[in-house]
Amino acid sequence: MIAGVSTEFNPPGPEDFQLPPIIPGVDWFTKPVLVAGLSVVLIVWFFYGASRKSAIVPSKLQFAGELGYNFVRNSIARDAIGSQDYMKFVPYLCGLFFFILLNNVAATIPLVQFPTFSHIGWAYSAAILSWVIYNGVGIRKHGLLGYLKLQTMPAGVPLWLLPLMIPIEFISNIVVRPISLSLRLFANMFAGHILLLVFVLGGEYLLLHAGSIALSGVGVITLLMGLAIAGLELFVQCIQAYIFVVLSAQYIGGALADEH
Amino acid sequence: MLTLVLPLTEAEGPSPLMPHTAEIIFGFVFLILLAIAFAKLVVPRFEKAYADRTQAIEGGMNAAKQAQAEAKAALDKYNAQLGEARQEAAKIREDAREQGALIIAEMREQASTEADRIVTHARTQIDAERAQAVASLRREVGTMATTLASRIVGESLEEEARQRRTVERFLADLESSESARQAVGTDG
Repeated sequence: MIAGVSTEFNPPGPEDFQLPPIIPGVDWFTKPVLVAGLSVVLIVWFFYGASRKSAIVPSKLQFAGELGYNFVRNSIARDAIGSQDYMKFVPYLCGLFFFILLNNVAATIPLVQFPTFSHIGWAYSAAILSWVIYNGVGIRKHGLLGYLKLQTMPAGVPLWLLPLMIPIEFISNIVVRPISLSLRLFANMFAGHILLLVFVLGGEYLLLHAGSIALSGVGVITLLMGLAIAGLELFVQCIQAYIFVVLSAQYIGGALADEH
Repeated sequence: MLTLVLPLTEAEGPSPLMPHTAEIIFGFVFLILLAIAFAKLVVPRFEKAYADRTQAIEGGMNAAKQAQAEAKAALDKYNAQLGEARQEAAKIREDAREQGALIIAEMREQASTEADRIVTHARTQIDAERAQAVASLRREVGTMATTLASRIVGESLEEEARQRRTVERFLADLESSESARQAVGTDG
């Protein structure tokens, strides 16, 4: 207790996200890489096992797999892209959704407890991949000029507004989308993790090192709040995975939309 | 935004907005791997299960529909047959009634003809018998008159006794013939 008083409280910050390499000397092999790799193995193993028999009357495992697959296939891909073209994008959207979901939820799983997407590189790569796909399929369907016209000239805009509309639409539909996609996911995971760190580390400090009974009581309350925050974070982690994939699907659907 | 955040975090190490190159590469690799795995391993199998399921349900529904159609066809057929049978029964009844009426009329006619014939026949017979009786009576009366006349003429009238005897004999004869004639008359 006496030693605790002298300890200075360090508020958590971005430096807490700089994890050392798991194997010293192999700089690229960090915790997020390990977690992401494990999530890939887990996803493939689970869905392969669930779909392997492709039975008319599903087993419990197949039923669970179908539940997840159907959610992405029908509620996300088909609703956003339309029943004509959506099947081509189901594999990517499924992989994307379960990859983000698992890596986000990993932040709540004991021993892992680190959101992969709080390292922005992961969010960048996912957003760039979605950007390449939706622009690619749009250009392939409409041609480069047709696609640019589709994305930058909304139907029903008067001619004199076009000089204003075209730059705005171009920036919002082509330039900003990957940035907003990646930043939204990254910022939610990053902030959520910092919030948790604040409550947990702060609570721990107050409980053990603050040096007074009253502050220790506050520390207990803080830790309980941290538990509640963890529940909230679990919700945010699922929501963010859903939002990322829904937006990707909507961008693809918009790029494939017929010209008005 | 990047320039706004960078100076704030510079003091504490690299900005959280600066990505690790390795993580971007792993991000691409993992996502593409996942997409390929889903495309090759998962999606075709789930879709096959869905297609099989749809087919099973549709097959069952088609079978049910077919069975229903068959049942309806059978019902229609039986109803049609029943209607036909009813119609036929009505026709047969009608025919029977007509035929019965015809037979009765025919029988009546036949009976009346027969009755007429019997009456005519009887009348003819009666007439013939009467004529025969009249002829026989006439012949007998003539014979009797002739016999009486010859007796009256042939015998002498002198002898009273003889005369009386003759007359009596004649009367007796007459009497017997009278009774015979009466018998004939009642017969006729």
